[in-house]
Amino acid sequence: MNPEKVVFGFFIVLSLTLNFGFFVGEMDNPEHHHVLELFAVIVVNLVATILKFGDRTQMGAVLLSTSLVAVLQLLAAALVWGVALYVTGTGTTSAVMASVVSLSGGAMLANVISVVLLIIETVMLRR
Amino acid sequence: MDNIVFIVLRRMRAPLLWLVGVYALALLGLVLIPGQDAQGRPWHMDFFHAFYFVSFMSTTIGFGEVPYEFTDGQRLWVTLCIYATVVVWIYAIGTLLTLIQDRGFQQAITERRFARRIARLRDRFYLVCGYGETGGALVRALTERGQHAVALDIREERISALRLEPLREYVPGLCGDASRPRHLLAAGLGHPRCAGVVALTNDNQANLRIALATRLLHPDIQLICRADSRAVEANMASFGTPHIYDPFETFAAHLATALESPCLYLLNQWLSGEESDPLAEPRFPPHGRHWVVCGYGRFGKALVRRLTEAGLAVVVVEADPERTGRPTGEWVRGVGVDAGTLGRAGIERAAGLVAGTDDDADNLSIVMTARELNPDLFVVARANLEENQTLFAALSPQMVMHPASIVANRIRVLMATPLLSEFERLMMFQEETLACQLVSRLAALSSERVPVVWETPIDDEAAHALSVGLGESRPVRLADLLRDPRGREQALACIPLLLVRGRDRMLLPGEETRLHPGERLLFCGRPGVRGRMEWTLQNLHALNYVLTGESRPQGWVWRHLIKGR
Repeated sequence: MNPEKVVFGFFIVLSLTLNFGFFVGEMDNPEHHHVLELFAVIVVNLVATILKFGDRTQMGAVLLSTSLVAVLQLLAAALVWGVALYVTGTGTTSAVMASVVSLSGGAMLANVISVVLLIIETVMLRR
Repeated sequence: MDNIVFIVLRRMRAPLLWLVGVYALALLGLVLIPGQDAQGRPWHMDFFHAFYFVSFMSTTIGFGEVPYEFTDGQRLWVTLCIYATVVVWIYAIGTLLTLIQDRGFQQAITERRFARRIARLRDRFYLVCGYGETGGALVRALTERGQHAVALDIREERISALRLEPLREYVPGLCGDASRPRHLLAAGLGHPRCAGVVALTNDNQANLRIALATRLLHPDIQLICRADSRAVEANMASFGTPHIYDPFETFAAHLATALESPCLYLLNQWLSGEESDPLAEPRFPPHGRHWVVCGYGRFGKALVRRLTEAGLAVVVVEADPERTGRPTGEWVRGVGVDAGTLGRAGIERAAGLVAGTDDDADNLSIVMTARELNPDLFVVARANLEENQTLFAALSPQMVMHPASIVANRIRVLMATPLLSEFERLMMFQEETLACQLVSRLAALSSERVPVVWETPIDDEAAHALSVGLGESRPVRLADLLRDPRGREQALACIPLLLVRGRDRMLLPGEETRLHPGERLLFCGRPGVRGRMEWTLQNLHALNYVLTGESRPQGWVWRHLIKGR
């Protein structure tokens, strides 16, 4: 058992599940998407990204890039939320919520790819 | 590039994880702990303000509590967070600073900077492996002539010395093991402008590996290797290393030439000398009586063999014959620095002395002691280190030989003017009188300074007019080239030394020799003569004037006017 694999697998799967939890619900309804969940997704995703820093293998590089995409999407979602709430003062209207949730949906896609890659790697290793 | 990013990311992983964790915890605490707004109503901090607060809290404590005053619960949490975040920041920054000072990291940065410099090189350059005495002398000689070099040495202090050296051209230096292909490639072995590799390290195996790597990775460039033993020399020759130098053999041959054929020695010295050097005076070593050779190491052995072959009687002085091997001929035990040892070697009756140990202090002392015993002695001193040259010059023996610069000079000649090295090789098989004649001709030619030596290939690039003229089947003789294009009655102050026609070599070609395209010529002459000869070689009108003595009209109008007449 490789502890590094365990830790990384844990974080990447956790980020996917949390991301899914944030994503599900009515798209433009602020009641269905809690800010704490978004926060948790961002933190877990950041950890998963940093864990892949300095991994020289091909798989490591691809996983790093997908994680980076997810982080970027999530940060964009958080930024949209923050700007709408405090800078422009629009508040969590359905349009704002829709864009936040769709950005997190993109991040989820990246996370799905990460998990699929992880599964492929595990299956191919078979140890 | 790849390497540096990899190292940074790898090392910063733990601090960054800690940073993310602590930040997340601090943010979460601030969001969850209930607070009060200005009117005392219950209020929860949002992520936006929490992130803002934590960001400045960890770096600059003292901005105050925003947006509303904190409750005591929040203050308790913030107190904990301050310590946690500051510690994590210090940890992260500390790791980064340690990384920057890390030796491996520094080496990676140096290698990357070096590789970038090499990639940017636009001129032909030579890769010199081993920047010791010989390598240093070679790099100096190359840069003096405006050629470029890259140095590679395994020892850090040698590369530092290179950086401090006042060279005329910039010479990039890398500290690395030249026997490893990775370092050779980093130093530009695969570079398209790499003109040659010179392996001069003091490790036979390393030189062998360099030769192998060069033959395999960049087969068509010049390769010059140092080999200290016959076995390695044979090994190198077996895979086609064209130029192999044994520094001990080369030095011994040099010294033997000086003693056996002073004219040839002088000729070689003049032809391969530095430009603007004064002409060295000829020295004629005395013959008839025996020579004393101090030191029977690798230099001494090669030298004694050469001298005995030349028929000179030799007495060897060696301090430790058990280690070096017992000399075959006459010998005396001792270093030679004391009168007793030198007396036993018969210094009073000797014709000359070679102070050839590998210790400069010993050599100086030997010369001084011997001079006291026999003031008329012809003294040859070996200077091992460049920095001791001044001491030897002050002692003014008849000859000072610095083996490193002798080898470096030979390699330099081979790289810059390969025909000159060919000429020197051919002259060795000629009578001494020929060399003497040539020396007097040269002395008459250029009075004070050493002559300039240059090669002229007869092709379209270097001799346009001549190749066109030869194409018109007009016979051009060597004598025509030697006329001054400003006044054909005047002869140019130069001597043709060698003509290469296919596989044939013509030593000192006669004036009536016909020239053909594809031949190569070696000249020596007074400085500035080369430029004048270039006119004849490149300019059709100058060539025509030199051949016929008439200046043909150059313009269309004038040509028609002349025709009409």
